[in-house]
Amino acid sequence: MTLSPAPAGTTEVPVTPPEKAGASHPGRLKGSRGRSQAWAAYLFLAPWFIGLFAITIGPMIASLYLSFTDYSLLSEAHWVGLDNYEKMFTQDDRFMASLQVTTTYVVVSVPLQLAFALGLALVLDKGLRGLSFYRSIFYLPSLLGGSVAISILWRKIFGVDGIVNSFLGLFGYEGHGWVTSPDTALWTLIILHVWTFGAPMVIFLAGLRQIPQSLYEAASVDGAGKWRNFRSITLPLLTPIIFFNLVLEVIKSFQSFTQSFIVSGGNGGPVDSTLFYTLYLYIKGFKNYEMGYAAGMAWVLLLIIAALTGVNFLMSRFWVFYGDEK
Amino acid sequence: MATRSKRVPALFRPAPRLVRHLLLIVSGLFMLYPLLWMVSSSLKPEDLIFREPGLIPTAVTAENYTQGWDALKHSFGYYLWNSAVITSLAVIGNLIACSLAAYAFARLEFPLKKMWFAIMLGSIMLPHHVTVVPQYIVFAKIDWINTIWPIVAPKFLATDAFFIFLMVQFIRTLPRELDEAAAIDGAGYWRTFVQVILPLCVPALATTGIFTFIWTWNDFFTQNLYLTNSDNLTVPVALRQFMDSGGDSSWGPLFAMSIISLGPIFGFFLAGQKYLVRGMATTGLK
Repeated sequence: MTLSPAPAGTTEVPVTPPEKAGASHPGRLKGSRGRSQAWAAYLFLAPWFIGLFAITIGPMIASLYLSFTDYSLLSEAHWVGLDNYEKMFTQDDRFMASLQVTTTYVVVSVPLQLAFALGLALVLDKGLRGLSFYRSIFYLPSLLGGSVAISILWRKIFGVDGIVNSFLGLFGYEGHGWVTSPDTALWTLIILHVWTFGAPMVIFLAGLRQIPQSLYEAASVDGAGKWRNFRSITLPLLTPIIFFNLVLEVIKSFQSFTQSFIVSGGNGGPVDSTLFYTLYLYIKGFKNYEMGYAAGMAWVLLLIIAALTGVNFLMSRFWVFYGDEK
Repeated sequence: MATRSKRVPALFRPAPRLVRHLLLIVSGLFMLYPLLWMVSSSLKPEDLIFREPGLIPTAVTAENYTQGWDALKHSFGYYLWNSAVITSLAVIGNLIACSLAAYAFARLEFPLKKMWFAIMLGSIMLPHHVTVVPQYIVFAKIDWINTIWPIVAPKFLATDAFFIFLMVQFIRTLPRELDEAAAIDGAGYWRTFVQVILPLCVPALATTGIFTFIWTWNDFFTQNLYLTNSDNLTVPVALRQFMDSGGDSSWGPLFAMSIISLGPIFGFFLAGQKYLVRGMATTGLK
């Protein structure tokens, strides 16, 4: 835990014997105390409960129902059974395209992003001057990466007259419209995602801090080298953190929206090559008002994310090492 | 820690230190290059932007900023204000609602606590899209489209469970004796929460505030969904409209306004770095 230790003044709190405390407070008798505490807890949780039922669970149930209808906001909802789901997987090429685009995006960019995050965390970990300065520089893009401004910038950097081409021009490469060509457009978004590796890097850094130094000392007595240290100590002890980052980033990147919306001008082009799943959901639900269909897509997304997280957890048994916890 | 490096001779010897610094500086510049280029481009006269990949402008002008500021229906300051109102309310909402819930989860006993806690954790991973369609329908029915409430109201209902979790983690590190001492002094749960726990939670509250600010400021999906009237656009939505209406001719002003839109994030980042990093690290580790 990297939190600050108990605040000053803790030790000055006068300790009263429990019997005395109980005697002076009849309300602290076991049963009634428990009940008043439960009441208090439910009051403290009241906003969250309202939010949970009104903003989360209620709409979830509603969206499950809607996914079996052809609701369009303008007319009554008609029950259509599994039609929406059937259409997605058998007739809707754009749906399949969005699924494929998003999968490629996640499968390529998440491992790359985590590799960069881990690599730099290792370089930054031990006794280096200016550590917090470097850490800030690498962390900053992950705060800005999801913004419209950066997506606009990306669209321009990788445009025909963007700086990427200016640089490549120095080596005699002829200009290429990276964002306007279907072969490369998705890759510019992948690069944007990898660029935001700062957030997982910070989590890696915190994880590295928790590895006991004594292990390295013992290893150095045994004559272990850098690589051996990394393979046998750092990496195994870091697997829970790698796992945590992996689960988190997969969930997050499956829901990416802004980048694809801005870079493609809102339509997922060219030729649907940057049509992210959530962008297509947005187009279906809020442009075409096919709300039943969009609700169905949302449930498919939920199932995909749940399944991937489940698979991740199952796989973790084989590679995540929990040290002394087991 | 300074002593630590000396105790790990095998992992990294001092020798490659210079190499590591060089490597870090080069890759750091590489990381920041797009940002620096945008800053520099926003200061260049329009015709120079795409002819110079370098960072130092050969001619400097503020014209992009003055042009961009007034390019849309309202001045850009108007949209900044809209964003400021929404983000401030979101921050206040999250601070109040999430700290209340966190105190209950961290310190109080109640029936089904484990189950509710698990539901809360699960809701962190829930994709927003699963609820957005019915939410939109309800907000449309009660005439909340083109108001700030679809964005702000959920924050007062602690729907960003991530921050509940963050604060629970933090409160758990505070000694229980504090609560007991407060109870002995006759404080009820409310007073214990307000007078004992909250003041000690400042780091967690700061983290929540800063993250809420940055995420809400950046959020495009919900704002684009609910704010479509040109009078209540926020910064991200305004930028996007600017891009559509300006076309390829006005990249200079667009970059200038983009820089301005990133300004508050950058400011919060500088001010709250310590908390941001610590907040990330804390929730990353159980």
